[in-house]
Formats: sequence, C-alpha cells, structure tokens
Amino acid sequence: MTARISEKRPWTFYVLGTLFGVYLLFLYGPMFVIYVLSFQGPNGGVTFPMVGTSVVWFKEVFQPGQMADIPVSFSRSIALATVVSCLTVVISVAAGLGFRRRFPGSAVLFYLAVASLVMPSLLVGFGIGLGFQFLGWQPSLFTSALGAQLTWTLPFGLFAMFAVVNRFNRAWEEAATDLGASAWQRLRYVTIPILLPGIIGVAMGAFTLSYDEYARTTLTIGPKNTLPLEIYALISSATSPTLFAIGTLTTGVSFLAIIITLLLVLRLQRRRALIKVG
Amino acid sequence: MNVWHKPASDGAPAAGGATSMVRRPASKRRSTRLPPWLVSWFQVGPLALILTVLFALPTTLFLVVSFYDYDRVGIYPAFLLDNYRELLTTPATWRVYVSSLRFALIVWAITLFLGFNVAYFLIFHIRNSITRTIFFLLCAIPFWTSGIIRTIAWIPFLGRNGAFNQILMALGVTSHPLDFLLFSDFAVIVTYVHLFTLLMIGPIANSLSKIDPALLEAARDAGASRWHTMTNVVIPLSKTGITLGSILVFTQVMGDYFVVRQMSGGQSASIVSMLSTEIQAMQYPPASANAMVLVIFVAILVGVMMKVVDVRKELVK
Repeated sequence: MTARISEKRPWTFYVLGTLFGVYLLFLYGPMFVIYVLSFQGPNGGVTFPMVGTSVVWFKEVFQPGQMADIPVSFSRSIALATVVSCLTVVISVAAGLGFRRRFPGSAVLFYLAVASLVMPSLLVGFGIGLGFQFLGWQPSLFTSALGAQLTWTLPFGLFAMFAVVNRFNRAWEEAATDLGASAWQRLRYVTIPILLPGIIGVAMGAFTLSYDEYARTTLTIGPKNTLPLEIYALISSATSPTLFAIGTLTTGVSFLAIIITLLLVLRLQRRRALIKVG
Repeated sequence: MNVWHKPASDGAPAAGGATSMVRRPASKRRSTRLPPWLVSWFQVGPLALILTVLFALPTTLFLVVSFYDYDRVGIYPAFLLDNYRELLTTPATWRVYVSSLRFALIVWAITLFLGFNVAYFLIFHIRNSITRTIFFLLCAIPFWTSGIIRTIAWIPFLGRNGAFNQILMALGVTSHPLDFLLFSDFAVIVTYVHLFTLLMIGPIANSLSKIDPALLEAARDAGASRWHTMTNVVIPLSKTGITLGSILVFTQVMGDYFVVRQMSGGQSASIVSMLSTEIQAMQYPPASANAMVLVIFVAILVGVMMKVVDVRKELVK
C-alpha cells in the first residue's frame, strides 16, 4: 500500500518486510492451531487430528465444571484487572509528573522501581505471602493479590509514563499558569488532555498485565482463583480443548476491545484537529 | 498508540528557552506555595509507599527468613548459614543456573535480532501511521491471550502429528515426523521467543521513534554506507531501548517456571520451579535462601547492563 506511493524502496525494505512477515507467521501459527482445535468434535482431544467439528468446548467454557469454574474466575480476573488498571493509572501518572524534577531520593525510588520490575515474579508473591503468614492475615483477592500485581504494573506504568512525559513540553503548563490557571485547572485542562493517549496506553497495558498475571498471584490469591490460575489448574488435571476455546474467545474479545479503543483514539484526534482548526 | 508518533519538530531546544524566560515571574508568584521538591514527593508518594510496603519489606523478610532454622513442623528464628551452604554445594543448583543462563543467552540473542529488525522496519520503513499502528497491534494481540495457553499452543503445533510436521511432510522435506521438535530444549527456546519478543520490540521501537530521520539523511549525505549508518547512528541512539528490552527478556527467562516445566518434557528444570517445590513443601528457609541467591544473581546481571547504558539518564530528563 505504502510501497506504491514512494517510487523506489531500498532492498532492505524487502528483506525486513519478509522478516516481519515471517515473524507474524511465527506469532500466529500456533495461535491458528488453537483457533482450529477449539472447534474440535466432542470426542476429539487436544492434538490433531480433528474428530468432527463442534462448539461443545465453547459451551464448556461458560458452564461451571467440576475441575474449574471459568465464568466466576473470569469475572474475578476482570474485577481485579479493573482495580489494578485504575490504581496504576492514577499512581504512575502522578509519579511520572513528579519525576520531571530532581528531588531528594529520586535515584533510590527509580532503582526500587527497576528492582520491582525485574524481580522474578514468583518471589514477589512468595515474600508477600510470607509476610501475610507472619502477620496471621488471610491472603485474598483485593489485599495480597492486588498488592502483588501492583509491584508489577506500577513500575511498568512509570516507565511508560517516562516515555510519554519526555515528549511533553513544559512550556504549555507555564503558559497555562501565566494565563491565570489554577493548579487544578492546569492539570484538568492542559496536562491530562495532552497526556491522554499515553494514559490510555498505560491503562490498557496494566489491565493486560493483571489479567494475564500468574506467577505473582499464585501464592497471594488465597482460596478463590483468578482465570490464569484456574487455567493452570485445568492443565495440571486434564487437558481438553476447553483451554483452546478460552484462547479463541480471548482473541475475539481482544480484537473487539482494540477496535473500540482505536475508534475512541481516532475520535479524540479528530476532536483535537477540529479544535486546532477552530 | 500515539506513543509511537514521532516527536513534533518544535522539540526540546525551543522549549528550554521558553521555559527559562517564563519561569522567573511564575516562581515569584508561587513563592508562598510549597517548594517544588515537596510537590514531587507528594506526586511520587503513593508509588514509593506501595513499592516499600509490598516489595522492599517482603524482600527483606525473606532475606531474614533465609537464615532461619526449620524442621518438619515449623520455622525458627536463628542465624544459620546452613541454608546457603546446602544450596551452593548441591551440584543440581549449579546445573540449573547454567541451564537457565544458557536459555537466557540464546533467547536474548534471538529476540534482540528479531525485535530490533521488526522495530526498525515498523518505525523507518512504514511511513503511514495508521498502517504502523495496525502492524503494532498485530504484534500485540497474541499477548492478550494467557501466556499459559500460548505456551501449550505449541504442543499441537510441534507434536508428532502436529501442524508443523504435517506441513514438512507435505512439502517433502522429511519422510517421517521429527521428534526433537517437542518436549526438548528446542521447544523451550521457541516458546520463550514467542512469548518475549514483544518485550524487545516495544522499548526499541520507542527509542527508534525518537531518532530524527534527518540524522539518517545527514549520515547518507556525508557518505556513510547503510551499515555505517546503522552501527554509528541508529544503534548508539537506540541503546536505551535495547538495554531495557534485554533486561526484560533476561529477567523473564531467569524467573520463568512454567515454560521449562511444560515444554522440556522433564529434561530441564528452572531455578524458580526448583524453588516452588520447596515452597509447596513449606520449607521456607531454604526456599528463601534460594530466592536470595537468585535475586542477587539477577541484580548483578541488571546492574552490569545498566552500567553499560545509563538508562536513568536517558529516561528521566
């Protein structure tokens, strides 16, 4: 498409383009296998060949089974991911703005965030679980599991905010102040609208990380599982194409969510373009 | 998505001048307000609090527990080095570390090559920003499916009767199904690359998108070959992204415990899967010692990488 516009592409374009194509094939190859196998017939297994086709495994996903209760754990995962995502946005946007100045202790906090990001995930859960045990508290979804996930999404959010804030021109804020804006007005009408695409990115990223998180959550979750933990339990007990049906559904929902977000962003840009013109 | 957009041409230098001109009257007006460092502290306060309580304290806790004594019924406060001595004198420990490090190096090399080239292609060769966004999303969408499911997706793909063997046999490359594809080191590496390449693409693309294309043109006009432009201009300017991606991939592989367990067919173990066995057996002190050794190991690795490239200077301006 773009190739037609410009006259001559360097040979590297074709080499890299081919590499990108191969990478996409590699990325989606096994995914397509899941999509196909999720329509496995009722007597089929998790490998080829296909024994007829059916949607039995999709029905299975929506029914609470003996092994795992997918619908309930899914709604738990969504609830947790929503809370994690909101907290991550508020805290990491504030911190990203705070880091624009040097302040005493900024280096310590920066390296603390790096350490929290690179710490092997299971160990974070282990530490928090151990702490709860020492205090005699019961681990649960919105205490220990939430905390464990924040140690992963917050550094991620902070680093993403660095990338966003670096491109933010502080003169805009100064101009707002000079025009008589209060601190709140400056934040509400200047800083946040400009950072908004980045903030949406952080929210989506944090949501994804939380929704998919396994290693940090497994030792901090308590008795009620989230979806990834439930999936893991399914694998260790009996493998059935139900897992693949979950994968197919997830991809479908992802595509939908991305299309909606894209439309939102496009609308935002159009509105902004209109303001610029007007 | 806008994260990937190229910076506006009226970038940093102009901003610096404007700021310093404007700042004087503004700060006079704010003189009755809070000092700037205190404002920063309020802004980073929640982050600092959460990381201290939920990360620093628990880490300190298992540092302490790693010196404790234990038996079958409980753990007892003590200051013993036995947990460490036992861990470090077991040949299995060293074997697992060597095997994990080998996986990490191989996966790092592959993801770096793939990630850099894909990012370069998307940033410099795709000129239409909508096409670029769509390509980025195509890379990101599989990430939304649980990593566990994406891992086991390789089983029907690589297995004896799997899709890959079927394709190979249909093409006449091989007459009988290949066995080494699944439940082997090969399968582990393929799965890691599948899971972690995006961690490389993201930071590198972010670095590349900050490079002014005029610089590349200038290099070409000055007579630099494609290769020289790459090694003298593009790679030095993207080293922050390369370092960040490398740190992420390395630590993910070192901290993995699902992929090796599932894909190696029991031939290899990972450090963390060894550790989780101890946790399940409630042997907290040796598990803590094991965890501390891993933490120190990862810290040294990351420290060296951050020494090579000062990530902080690049990120926090």
